[in-house]
Amino acid sequence: MPKFVELWVYLSATPLFGLTATLVVYVLAQAAYTRLQQAAWANPVLWSVITLASLLTLTGVDYPTYFSGAQFIHFLLGPAVVALGWPLWQRRDELRQHWHALLLAALVGGAVAGGSAMALGWVMGLPHEVVVSLAPKSVTAPVAMGIADKIGGIPALAAVFAVITGMVGALSGKFLLGLLGVGTDRTGWMVHGFALGTAAHGIGAARALQVDADAGAYAGLALGLQVILASLLIPLVFRLI
Amino acid sequence: MQSLGELLSRGLALPFPGPVIGMLLLLLALRWPLVRVPVAVCAGFLLSHLSLLFVPVGVGVMTHLGLLSQYGVRMLVVIVLSTWLGLAVTAWVLRTLLGRTHA
Repeated sequence: MPKFVELWVYLSATPLFGLTATLVVYVLAQAAYTRLQQAAWANPVLWSVITLASLLTLTGVDYPTYFSGAQFIHFLLGPAVVALGWPLWQRRDELRQHWHALLLAALVGGAVAGGSAMALGWVMGLPHEVVVSLAPKSVTAPVAMGIADKIGGIPALAAVFAVITGMVGALSGKFLLGLLGVGTDRTGWMVHGFALGTAAHGIGAARALQVDADAGAYAGLALGLQVILASLLIPLVFRLI
Repeated sequence: MQSLGELLSRGLALPFPGPVIGMLLLLLALRWPLVRVPVAVCAGFLLSHLSLLFVPVGVGVMTHLGLLSQYGVRMLVVIVLSTWLGLAVTAWVLRTLLGRTHA
């Protein structure tokens, strides 16, 4: 028994632990998700996170130790965003035709998402720095942290908001948009994906990509636009106020 | 493959929205037919596992549970409602504008 404990202590302290745990849990979550016919509530990201967080709490492994292994997966996020250029290139003619509609939708949608979050937060009496940290919540987490830092918010909190926003969008997006009568023809998927990418960044885009290739491509475009627009405009708006 | 790797690293080395600049660079590079096949393979692989890449950040939320429980339900309500509003408005604006260009 002591040998086993020693082995566990050794293993859980190496980067390999975080990496292996993440991969194994995700593969299981993905399998369950496929089994359940890709129901939104069975979202593999959500369940992987819950399982891993419980696992870390149970075993007493702290987040930095876990992340030393998981960072290899985390690092791939950068190249993955670059890779989103590929589905866009495949649809370049369509994009050239509709670029003004897409840009305007991104601008209005992003402003409404961030603005309504701040307004609601203010009405509910949340402290000022929390309200400010809500502004970049529809931008992907690492960029949201940078923006929050610039405008006097709390970067860690902004990242948490961004991740929760992504989850909410991924979980409820398809249902909500279906309710609003967004169809499942090509234009429907386009609108679907673009809305998910605008309001729920990468996590929404990942979900869109699983649902439909067109939806995924437009979600990628929307998340890219959101990053550019938000990092330029949010600090500017705050300076003017 | 190598050209893609180089392009990726160059894209990532740029300041601030690095990956987004990388995405724009990739779009430019795709004008060159030689890179298309390796890019398609790589991009297909990365994107099919995009969900997995968000798991580590998600687990990071756990480290801020203290902050969250402080404001708890109010914060969650704010996030859920504003996300729905964002989704609905984006979809509505885009659908209206696209409808106009088609008609």
